[in-house]
Amino acid sequence: MKPYTVAFAGNPNTGKSTLFNLLTGMRQHTGNWAGKTVVTAEGTFTHNGKEYRAVDLPGTYSLYSNSVDEEAARDYIIFEQPDVTLVVLDATSLERNLNLALQVLEITGRAAICINLIDEARRLGIDIDLKAISERLGVPVIAISARNRTGIKELLNQVERVAEGTFVAEPLRIQYSEEIERGIAELLPLVEQAVGGDYPARWIALRLLDGDESLLASLRKASLGIRVSVPKEVSGHGATACH
Amino acid sequence: MTVTGIPLSEAAKGSVLEISGMSVQGVMRRRLLDLGFVPGNTVEVLRRSPLGDPTAFRVSNTTIALRREESSLIFGNPIGGNGR
Repeated sequence: MKPYTVAFAGNPNTGKSTLFNLLTGMRQHTGNWAGKTVVTAEGTFTHNGKEYRAVDLPGTYSLYSNSVDEEAARDYIIFEQPDVTLVVLDATSLERNLNLALQVLEITGRAAICINLIDEARRLGIDIDLKAISERLGVPVIAISARNRTGIKELLNQVERVAEGTFVAEPLRIQYSEEIERGIAELLPLVEQAVGGDYPARWIALRLLDGDESLLASLRKASLGIRVSVPKEVSGHGATACH
Repeated sequence: MTVTGIPLSEAAKGSVLEISGMSVQGVMRRRLLDLGFVPGNTVEVLRRSPLGDPTAFRVSNTTIALRREESSLIFGNPIGGNGR
């Protein structure tokens, strides 16, 4: 049986790679360099006798592309359609991290939220209401410490639920202003006609309203049958104006 | 939208500001928001590079360096810090 694919998404420095390494151990194809995931690492792990293919996406603050890294992460989630997108968040800085989670959940409901560094947060006196977050986002939310290896089993149980389709959420639907919703309503039939049912039409309509040129380029490539996926090696030219 | 305050590019090193808004549009606006430059958020001016550009800011627990190009379009009101 084909292994399930789990894509790891998250802000830089959330311990995403620590978790990835913990799960995949020595079973990785490509390496990555400390602190800066410029190479998309791939590895495998097993849970409950089932094999998983783990893909470590570049650490990003956003999926609204302004750099090669962000485009790579976004294109992977949209075009490769992993069985599970695992969003790894930093428990000590949830406010900013949840931003990326929202962006992923607007694209796909086949996701789970992993709140890492929970031990660090507890030490800082940060109390996180997992149940409330899970209810608001509509997907499983699990707190772990990758460093201390706590919560990993529960995390994998939830990943399994999403992978097997026992748990499927609708992509999160954020209600925008009347003007934007009108624009979406106008574009939606056209987008659905153009891209078919394979891609998140509402999300694409939103990006078109944004004037997101790079997404258009990726869509064009995908529609021509050109494989759009994460470049195996993202070289240093992904420099952005900021950061 | 009227934006009050001074551009982040003019803020003294060490000062802390509350972001009041920005006059950037489009994808760059979205990106700056994603990085944490959200109205109401506080930002600290950490240090400037030797040539004065870019400048490192601390926002949402993360250090982000911006060039004048962007930082001059983000506005904030000084709320303290040890800037002069």
